[in-house]
Amino acid sequence: MDIFLNILIGIVEEGLMYALLALGMYITYSLLDFPDLSVDGTFPLGAVLTGVLIMHGVNPWLCLIISFAVGMIAGTITGILNVKLNIIPLLCGIIMYTAMLSVNLVIIRKGTDGMAIASFFNEETIFNSGIASVIPQSVGGFYLRTAIISLIIVVICKILMDLYLKTKSGLLLRATGDNERYTSMLGCNPGTVKILGLALGNGFAAVAGSVIAQNKGSADQQMGVGMVVLGLASVIIGLSVFKNVKFMKGTTMVILGSLLYKASYQIVLELGLPTEFNNLLKAVIFLIALILGGTQITSLIKSFTSKNGKEKANA
Amino acid sequence: MLELSNIKKIFNAGTIDETVLFDGFGFKIEKGEFVSVIGSNGSGKTTLLNLACGTIKPDGGDIIFKGSNITKLPEYKRARSIGRVLQDPRLGTCGNLTILENMALADNKNKSFNLTAGVNKKRADYYKTLLETCGMGLENRMNVPVGNLSGGQRQAIALIIASMTDIDLLVLDEHTAALDPKSSEIIMQLTDKVVKEKNLTTLMVTHNLRFAIEYGNRLVMMHEGKCIMDIKGEEKQNANVDDLLKVFNEISIESGN
Repeated sequence: MDIFLNILIGIVEEGLMYALLALGMYITYSLLDFPDLSVDGTFPLGAVLTGVLIMHGVNPWLCLIISFAVGMIAGTITGILNVKLNIIPLLCGIIMYTAMLSVNLVIIRKGTDGMAIASFFNEETIFNSGIASVIPQSVGGFYLRTAIISLIIVVICKILMDLYLKTKSGLLLRATGDNERYTSMLGCNPGTVKILGLALGNGFAAVAGSVIAQNKGSADQQMGVGMVVLGLASVIIGLSVFKNVKFMKGTTMVILGSLLYKASYQIVLELGLPTEFNNLLKAVIFLIALILGGTQITSLIKSFTSKNGKEKANA
Repeated sequence: MLELSNIKKIFNAGTIDETVLFDGFGFKIEKGEFVSVIGSNGSGKTTLLNLACGTIKPDGGDIIFKGSNITKLPEYKRARSIGRVLQDPRLGTCGNLTILENMALADNKNKSFNLTAGVNKKRADYYKTLLETCGMGLENRMNVPVGNLSGGQRQAIALIIASMTDIDLLVLDEHTAALDPKSSEIIMQLTDKVVKEKNLTTLMVTHNLRFAIEYGNRLVMMHEGKCIMDIKGEEKQNANVDDLLKVFNEISIESGN
């Protein structure tokens, strides 16, 4: 029983941390319809930046904000490539990702005097200092502090994003993803709105990287591998599973999607899949999410709530 | 008000499909005119609108709007003083947002889209009175996503949105063509009401000859990139669908269609 609970706590911890990435990709992929591959580069950007900054004694909470800002700059560049230079979204992502490989390495090298990994196991992080020290380390033998801190961060980010999406700027962002010509007819440049959305999305990706790095106590370039797949899978799972739940916000859906993704990933690993198959597993879960997200799950849920569906059609 | 002069527009330039649509084309609208433009497919009607709105740029010539040259001005900047309703009802509104949110966005046109609340509840009553003019009961469904509405209802909202802020020119791009006969009749009547109420200068492209005759105070027929008929006043009032059809048939025989 204890083993199961510990696995569950692990799933919740990681699911919540990666939910930050999913929130970012919710903006780019779901709201702006922009499959943004650059997060494979901006996620570790947040991580290595945080690693280096913490090693130099910067406040770990401040690191989250710095990561967000720097992630936004990277996202802005992705946006400019797409909007000003007319490069298709997938290629913008590939260009940015490739460039970030070097940028991230330079940050680590410069910040650690030539090492390839930034390790800061004994330094203060958001998980062991400040607010964290107020939270009891464990309850009934279970280590809950990480999960609680992660939850606090995710809830704050979710509330901020929900509030933002209701502002004038947020409404315009949602409108632009749905119908660019509408934005144009409102006298606004859809390109600028897109750039802003990509900046926000990558800002969140960098924060996710920062949080994960602080939990691990180390950061390196490798952390970015598979982040696009993970983020998109969380978004797609969340939005398709909870599609017909009334009054549930998209942000809530993707956070739950991230937890579901982590759960399915962890369950397969616990069943004894060797670690070298990790990325294959990620790809397979993503594939299943895409297939089910497109067809079965939605029609399955529709059949459960068919009464609901009919009402909608008649309205 | 709006003048296109000496316009040149070539499609697929440099390929075997190269088509010179406009060469030395000129067109002018005066303030207060409601111009209906008719013509067969490929006659240049929609291109005319796209040039006026900045969706496409001419290969030569000038576009003058309210005394200033806007030839190089991007579409979104021109939209600040030009309202447009497109053929596809989905394009004039945002389907994911509610009626209220769509109206609030339109209400904020030409202002800053900043971090203040997107929907100002105090303005809701004003939006409702605007929607009441449609007579579709939309004012009671403010929180319904626009995507759930019918094409006619969406087009009505698109029209309200396009004319909500102060605009100098209303451009209607076959805005009733995608609707059923009854809806298109309703939208056309609503259009006339809005245009008259706000005294809007209007440029409308339509395939419906009856609409072109019944509404507006000037009628233009286009063919192969030229205006072959341009009537207004009494002459327009005396025109009927049969006359227009006759001209249509003549030009069709000429061009071998």
